[in-house]
Amino acid sequence: MAKLIKLDDKGVEFLDKIMELSGETITLCDQCGTCSGGCPFIAEMDVNPSQIMRQVMIGQKNIMESKTMWICASCFTCTVRCPRELDVSKVAEALRQVKLREAIDFIDIEKISEEEARILPSIAIVGAFRKFTG
Amino acid sequence: MKTGVYLCQCGGNISNTIDLPKIAKHVKEKKGDILIQENSHMCSGAGQKLIIDDIKNHGLEKVVVAACSPHFHEKTFRAALQKAGLNPYVLEISNFREHCSWAHKNEPEIATEKAKDIIDASIAKVELDFPLEEKKMQMGDEVLVIGGGIAGIQTSLDLADAGKKVTLVEKQPTLGGKMAILTKTFPTEDCAACIISPKMAAVQDHPNITLYTNSEIESIAGHRLHFEAKIKKNPRFILDTIDMDQCLICTKCVQECPIEQPNYWEQGIMNRKAIYIPAPHAIPYKYLIDKENCLHFKDGSCSICADVCPQKVIDFEQKAEFIDVAVDNVVVATGYDIYDATEKTVFGYGKYKNVVSALEMERIVDHISEKEPPREVGKRVAFVQCVGSRDKQIGREYCSRVCCMFSVKLASLLKQAKPETDIYIFYTDLRAFGKGYEEYYKRSQEMGIKFVRGKPSHFTEDPDTKQVIVTVEDTLSRDIIQSEFDLVVLANGMGLSAASEPIADQLKLAKSDDGFFKEAHPKYRPVDTLVEGIFLAGTAQGPKDIPDTVTQASAAAGRVLATLAQKEFSLDPVLAFVHQDICDGCKQCLNECPKKAISINADGKAEINEALCLGCGSCLASCPIEAIDLNYFTNDQMYAQIEASLSNKKEGEKRILIFADENTVYRLADACGVRKMKYSTDSRIFRIPSGSRMTSNLIKFALSKGADAVMIGDSPEKSSRFAWANNVTKENIKQVQSALNDLQIEPERLIFKEYSAGELARFTNDVDAIAEFLGTIAPIPNETRDKLFTAVRGE
Amino acid sequence: MKLPYFPGCTLKTTATNLEIPALEVAKRLGIEMIELDRWNCCGVVSYLVSDDLMKHLAPVRNFLRVQEMNAKGIVENENRLVTLCSMCYNTLSLSNKRMQKNPDDLQKINDFMHREETKYDGSVEVVHLLPIIRELGWEAVRKQVKKPLKNIKVASYYGCMLLRPKDVGIDDAEDPKILEELVSALGGETIDWDSGSRCCGSYHTVNNKDIVVNLSKGIIDDARKNGADVIITSCPLCAFNLDSRQKDIMEKYPEFESMPVVFFSQLMGAAFDIEKEKLGWEANYISPEILFNY
Repeated sequence: MAKLIKLDDKGVEFLDKIMELSGETITLCDQCGTCSGGCPFIAEMDVNPSQIMRQVMIGQKNIMESKTMWICASCFTCTVRCPRELDVSKVAEALRQVKLREAIDFIDIEKISEEEARILPSIAIVGAFRKFTG
Repeated sequence: MKTGVYLCQCGGNISNTIDLPKIAKHVKEKKGDILIQENSHMCSGAGQKLIIDDIKNHGLEKVVVAACSPHFHEKTFRAALQKAGLNPYVLEISNFREHCSWAHKNEPEIATEKAKDIIDASIAKVELDFPLEEKKMQMGDEVLVIGGGIAGIQTSLDLADAGKKVTLVEKQPTLGGKMAILTKTFPTEDCAACIISPKMAAVQDHPNITLYTNSEIESIAGHRLHFEAKIKKNPRFILDTIDMDQCLICTKCVQECPIEQPNYWEQGIMNRKAIYIPAPHAIPYKYLIDKENCLHFKDGSCSICADVCPQKVIDFEQKAEFIDVAVDNVVVATGYDIYDATEKTVFGYGKYKNVVSALEMERIVDHISEKEPPREVGKRVAFVQCVGSRDKQIGREYCSRVCCMFSVKLASLLKQAKPETDIYIFYTDLRAFGKGYEEYYKRSQEMGIKFVRGKPSHFTEDPDTKQVIVTVEDTLSRDIIQSEFDLVVLANGMGLSAASEPIADQLKLAKSDDGFFKEAHPKYRPVDTLVEGIFLAGTAQGPKDIPDTVTQASAAAGRVLATLAQKEFSLDPVLAFVHQDICDGCKQCLNECPKKAISINADGKAEINEALCLGCGSCLASCPIEAIDLNYFTNDQMYAQIEASLSNKKEGEKRILIFADENTVYRLADACGVRKMKYSTDSRIFRIPSGSRMTSNLIKFALSKGADAVMIGDSPEKSSRFAWANNVTKENIKQVQSALNDLQIEPERLIFKEYSAGELARFTNDVDAIAEFLGTIAPIPNETRDKLFTAVRGE
Repeated sequence: MKLPYFPGCTLKTTATNLEIPALEVAKRLGIEMIELDRWNCCGVVSYLVSDDLMKHLAPVRNFLRVQEMNAKGIVENENRLVTLCSMCYNTLSLSNKRMQKNPDDLQKINDFMHREETKYDGSVEVVHLLPIIRELGWEAVRKQVKKPLKNIKVASYYGCMLLRPKDVGIDDAEDPKILEELVSALGGETIDWDSGSRCCGSYHTVNNKDIVVNLSKGIIDDARKNGADVIITSCPLCAFNLDSRQKDIMEKYPEFESMPVVFFSQLMGAAFDIEKEKLGWEANYISPEILFNY
């Protein structure tokens, strides 16, 4: 069943906030799909990167519940290919930050086994904690 | 009463910001006996009539109109003056709209103060305006057309039919350009060769056209309506005589030639020999030898073509010929190159065998119905749109306009020839704007061609099957398609042809942001350039399909005819002149003019050749006693308007005087106004022909009279009418800066900047940066200003 | 040539097999890499949002150490800071670019570091060792080769952080050549493949191992399909994901065939015939035996 959505000021505020945080003019997105087609993580995502751009543009805040932004690892493949030179990585980072600033963490140090902790390079652990905690 | 001042409300565009009654009061108080009128639209018939009636009834001798930029209606008002019997050059336009009410829309009070300065400067200048006469020059009927594609062909035929003498130069060994490569054309599917061949033949046979193929423009220069070009006719190595010795096209040479090379007119899908005729429909239908690949030229090991030639017309010693032509007008029809997709490495063009360019596909499709086509296409074919268009990553943000339709065409032709082919067109936006295009697009959908909305991110190649694997999001279903194709066709966008570059440099033709040649005005002068006498035809001006190209080519011919029909033309009277009573014959100016327009007359004094002078003003700086001057921008006028514009400055206020060349930077400031882009209200903008007109004395004078900073803006050398001017400007500036240093004035108060036409934000940022800088330093003390004044004007 | 050098945390722990041979091959090429005094962690990943200025403090602080080295005369007029780890390179570079482009940001960071003796003036240039070697010229490398990599087919794996975003990339983002050029200078063969700059899954290896297993398997399979014997990289995280995670790949896909993954510095060390003890082979999970006797 088709979803009925309202375009309202709250949606605009959400878009403005993400545009400010990311520094990207999301309204420039042409929806060409280059980001999604090239994303190495696409198989793991529930919502395509181009859809994220679309949903933010029309102010759909429920996009925050998608796991896509947590899958994005800032590999910048989309960044170097977007025909409008939009940096989708920055938009994903902005969305993560909105959630993380509600003091919600997305990684639990207790769940890393002793064996793993011994072999994991420090850049992996520091990187993950910097991306997944507020 | 001598001067009339007209304040235009511009339907509120001016009067909603600038308090015009206050301006009227200010002028009245300052000038007393002056006629002041306010009107809603000065450019209207009623507004013009007001001026004409006042001139007649009140005996006005000078007119100031405060309205929009002079680039819009200066001509209108000059015509009005002329109607009323006044010389058109005793008019000044105060740029109230673009440089004031729009730029400072949200600061009405400050804008009104700025407007006072603008109009005071105009009044001060108009008082010193004097009648100028436009000299007449004779014109002939010679036209040079550069480029023999469909645009150059159409322009040449139209001009030749109208009785003009045309010289047409084409770099390739045949006429026809890119169109001669195409298969059928959209949306009618009539064959390109069938349309263009008769026109090519008509060019060859036309008594009014001299055709040079396999030839280049070795050099070209000129000004106004007189151009001289040197044509280099490259050797074909075939004797070109009309008597019995001539080549019979017996093909013996071709049969024997051992060298095979990819044929450009087949886009490399078929080969030709080292001695060859480019295409079946080539004009002229003549052989030539490809010197790069011929064994005779490589190592002398072969001369078989010459040996077998029954007519003995092969001449390995043939040299290039040089032909000088002098013409009145030039039409540039140098065309486009397709985007070189090897640059976009994600698509593997040049690396993956089954990724082809659009032009290659034209040839593949043209041969597809043959029994043994040179290239098969396979079962599944993809067309990928916007390769080299609408892509900021490669610096091409524009739409190439034709690619949607040529892909629809190539797909349709392929589908008709091979109905079993499974065809997909991957697009971002499908643009079918022309007559019959939408219907053609629909017919292709009816045939079963599938349009998928999504731009592929990258291709890979199956190392075994050599199929191309395309990864693309179907943005309408949001599924990711990853699928093998037997052939992928890139819809290469258009860019200005590489062969255009030397022409652009030599003729100083400006380019737009997209890299194509820039027209004088996109709306009402679309085929003119900013250089008088040079016109544009076809895709050199921007991407076009064939109908638009032919339309524009005929328009260019029309503009040439309109120009030449005048038989004579008026010289812009803004030229240098010499005050004969002041000149002491020191000759310092002689070498300063790059056009060699200055000479010494019988009285031993300098003199200007008006036919050669372009009115840049660069020579003024070379005269130590201000004996050389420039009409309409005389030294006296410049001093007067600078002084007047600073006369209202109050304690603590700042002034940035901006001297903007009229072709680029003045218009740039206009464009900022049109877009309501804000910049410092301390700015006062003056129109000058080029930055080089600002002699060191003028700059010092401005600073002595209260300017806190002076900025000179000009176009970059590459796109300037006056290529030499910026060096003069820089030299003038250096001189003043050293004087400023001596007086302990910050040399940073004097700035020279070059701007291209599109650099609006850079301009406003720069102005604001100067204003900000002025805020960080102490004002110039009055006694220092006095010292500067003494340096200019003596005690 | 003496260059200030930023090692980063991982090179001192799990990726000593990147650092030790790198210092040695650099030395043979006449490059002395002098470790920064009191360097601190770069932060690993760059922060990408506009209001995260303080997160750039850690990378920027290291640049002060470069200025100090110059002031003390340890290096002469050398504003380049050389790195080996791709992630450190990327993070330091991005922060540095931000400081150079935004004087206001730099001012704020400097204000925050008011206890430091110097202020960062924006003059440092973050570089990776690979382009430094390229500048020396491949001929210089060829001269040091004692044991050319005969009959060894190498897959150059760039990963993300050496190439993207474009303004910090050490080579063309879509068509890099520097590793291939290095391999041919070492006498080896390279393969032409499409996965050389495809992400390995990065830090997801910590709490979403499956992503990394899938991506790494795809990359290694592609290398094999195109005939490679060994994969090279300059990133300790890529190396972990491609090398150590082969254990997990094999658990999930028993038919998977392993392939050795080594650092570019180890490959250079082998071709330069550096003592085996300095090459750190024991730290590689899949033993690169093909490089022991060729």
